[in-house]
Amino acid sequence: MSASASAPTLPASIGQGISDRLSKKASRHVKERIIETVLFAAAAFSVFVTLAIVYVLVKESWSFFEHVPLTDFLFDTQWTPLFDDAHYGIVVLLSGTLTSSAVALVVAIPLGTIIALYLSEFAGFKVREIAKPFLELLGGVPTIVYGYFALTFLTPILQKIYPDLPGFNLLSAGLVMGVMIIPYVASLSEDAMRAVPMALREGSYAMGATRLQTALWVVTPAATSGIASAYILGISRAVGETMILAVAAGMQPNLTFNPTEPGATITSYIVQVALGDLPHGSIGYQTIFAAGLTLLLMTLFFNLLGHWLRKRFREVY
Amino acid sequence: MLQATDLNAIRAIITRAKRWDLFFSLLGILSLMIGILTFVVLFVDMAIQGVPRLSYEFFTSFPSRRAANAGILSAWVGTILVMLVTALSAVPLGVAAGVYLEEYAPKNWITDIIEINISNLAGIPSIVYGLLALGLFVYYFGFGQSILSAGLTLALLILPVIIVATRESIRAIPQAIHEASFACGATTWQTVRDHILPYSSAGILTGVIIGMARAIGETAPIITIGALTFIAFLPNAPFSGDPPAGLFDWIFAPFTVMPIQMFNWTSRPEAEFQVNAAAAGFVLVFMTLAMNGLAIWLRYRLRKNIKW
Amino acid sequence: MQVPNVMEAGVEGTVLKAEVRDLDFYYGAFHALKRVSMPIYDRHVTALIGPSGCGKSTLLRCFNRMHDLYPGNRYAGGGIVFHPDNTNLLSPEVDPIEVRMRISMVFQKPNPFPKSIYENVAYSLRVRGMRNKNELDDRVESALKGAALWNEVSNRLGELGANLSGGQQQRLCIARALASDPEIILFDEPTSALDPIATASIEELVTELKEKVTILIVTHNMQQAARISDYTAYMYLGEMVEFGITDQLFIKPQKKATEDYITGRFG
Repeated sequence: MSASASAPTLPASIGQGISDRLSKKASRHVKERIIETVLFAAAAFSVFVTLAIVYVLVKESWSFFEHVPLTDFLFDTQWTPLFDDAHYGIVVLLSGTLTSSAVALVVAIPLGTIIALYLSEFAGFKVREIAKPFLELLGGVPTIVYGYFALTFLTPILQKIYPDLPGFNLLSAGLVMGVMIIPYVASLSEDAMRAVPMALREGSYAMGATRLQTALWVVTPAATSGIASAYILGISRAVGETMILAVAAGMQPNLTFNPTEPGATITSYIVQVALGDLPHGSIGYQTIFAAGLTLLLMTLFFNLLGHWLRKRFREVY
Repeated sequence: MLQATDLNAIRAIITRAKRWDLFFSLLGILSLMIGILTFVVLFVDMAIQGVPRLSYEFFTSFPSRRAANAGILSAWVGTILVMLVTALSAVPLGVAAGVYLEEYAPKNWITDIIEINISNLAGIPSIVYGLLALGLFVYYFGFGQSILSAGLTLALLILPVIIVATRESIRAIPQAIHEASFACGATTWQTVRDHILPYSSAGILTGVIIGMARAIGETAPIITIGALTFIAFLPNAPFSGDPPAGLFDWIFAPFTVMPIQMFNWTSRPEAEFQVNAAAAGFVLVFMTLAMNGLAIWLRYRLRKNIKW
Repeated sequence: MQVPNVMEAGVEGTVLKAEVRDLDFYYGAFHALKRVSMPIYDRHVTALIGPSGCGKSTLLRCFNRMHDLYPGNRYAGGGIVFHPDNTNLLSPEVDPIEVRMRISMVFQKPNPFPKSIYENVAYSLRVRGMRNKNELDDRVESALKGAALWNEVSNRLGELGANLSGGQQQRLCIARALASDPEIILFDEPTSALDPIATASIEELVTELKEKVTILIVTHNMQQAARISDYTAYMYLGEMVEFGITDQLFIKPQKKATEDYITGRFG
């Protein structure tokens, strides 16, 4: 206000001096703009990656669906793309994916939730500081190693309990996959629980509630959407997990919901084809992209759901 | 005023409630133990099986049809070369993207799309990246089943990890530091170069190590691009050939990596190869554990030392 | 520091509900309460006043052992004698949960649970193991009536507590504290987050509640202390400077420091 009022009284020469110096700054400004553009390109590159994924999967799947009607893909109950009598029923692979994921989640969700509640509401500072890095290490073990563990350690133990259990089975792979997912579920759920304001806990303790009552009746309901998003991340991990299943569950397509049988999943089928020697452009080559597209759509759905839930729980406080 | 009987009733209720508290505490410790014990059993089992197999020859021999002669030379050399490509491409890209999102990005729909997209990329299964690489790097760009294809694939895979780590360590720098730098007349880039990057470098390094540890153990995307498993030769040492073309011929070489070698041995029926798999697995777990442990230690040091 | 003479301050016909005796309290190494002593009279309102950081909230939170929730807090000497039991509330043998069931609390900012209005009030009863639906309904209704909220919410008990206005939320928290028939209710600056109209209704409620229950209230606002309390304690830097009947303390304080504070010369 005062600047504009006094501006007309300034001698013209001063105004010119300022504009000279501004023009010197302009080169600096150009450099800044270039740097900003380069950095923006790096950030935008991630969008390009997503587009490339969608493009590659859709393009190859398109060729696939020119040969195989979508109805066959969705409703056929056999998956024998490499046989002479080829069938392309994705439900066969889906059944393996769903069965192994269900086994994994039966392990990971209860244990992950209990660990999260324990670490956030019961454990002292020391226990938490030691336990959390350990859980992180658990999540950092390569999945091929988990696969080896399932095949050579857990399956023989399970076979002592159920002598009929085949050497490759969805149960053993699913159980180990569950342990692998525990850290994800536990650490995200714990984050959500710790985000619950202390005032709510104090309100509960002030009424004479115990730790467990406070944890179950106040903290858990307040953190619901965050915990739900942790579960969804767990589901998405289970659905996309590859090597444990490729190693320990066998790779024969099998329409079953019985975890004690061997089975192929979407992911392990892709591995099986990639290990073989299918020519680029053949229909067998295209099947893995159609399977991959199915997988991408499933995980995309879970990711967006999880993202939406997380956003909702951030808005609460 | 409360009667004595009332008080006794209250005490009985409290005693019961506390018993549940204790029960849940034990349940919590038990669950934690299941997780941790699985890890210990896995590690010990693999050590018992594999450690006796570890010898100088194991590290300096190529794979072989005979289990006793087979080694992991081509696998660990391949892993190092692939990681080199991954780090060289993912780190600059990821850090640049992280810096842009924290320091430059305006609040608009483009930024929103980039952010949602990055969190979505982090959730895409690794095998899908393998399919992308198969279609794009191997066939469309014609890189073939090479170290370059594998390194770039893993770079895309860990890009979100590095971006998120960069953003978090930048966010930990107080706003006052920004303001102090701007108040001295620094431009945004000068602020980033002289203050933000140096102060956040330890945090970024932590994220890079965690990302690389993940990349080292990734098997599925590498199998998907069709990496060979039986490699009985080494690529040229990097940057050793005649310039200019010879400098980079190593990146187009066929290769194998540790997890692929382990997968290959695991899928053999013979028990001797299972021992090799355990030995390779032990080396692999040791590598990832060491890297994760280093990252955890770095982060711990960081939290202890920095006082804003 | 001269210990105030408890009996001198008491009015005829009043009964002691609790006594703070030479209480020392530490947050880690910080000496937050220094040999504090004061009486709490049954079915009267006692106000704690003093500048920020004087220890008034710290003293309040001793009464229901809220300090036990955080590591590093330490009751270092003296205690709070609770009548008629004649037990020290701060003794390690006394179960903090039992203390909290008998001495309830209302916080500075309304903190309803992310549950329905009904469940918010029923919470303190469920914690005691009450499961009978009819009994719960009755107790919830009478607690809501006691907190002067029943007329506003009786037809929407299933709605989330967070949907109420700030003043209603705070009355909901009072109903929650009332539901289990506590012997003392602690109020920690209950109106500091509220507008003047909501504040007036809470103040009115507090004066009604003292018919049935002993009230200890921390307030920032001296006028509020003068309006609603029967006794007032002035604290400064962790020490009890003066305790007395509210009217006397405000009209004719015994200590120069008290006079300086209530006349606004500092603080």
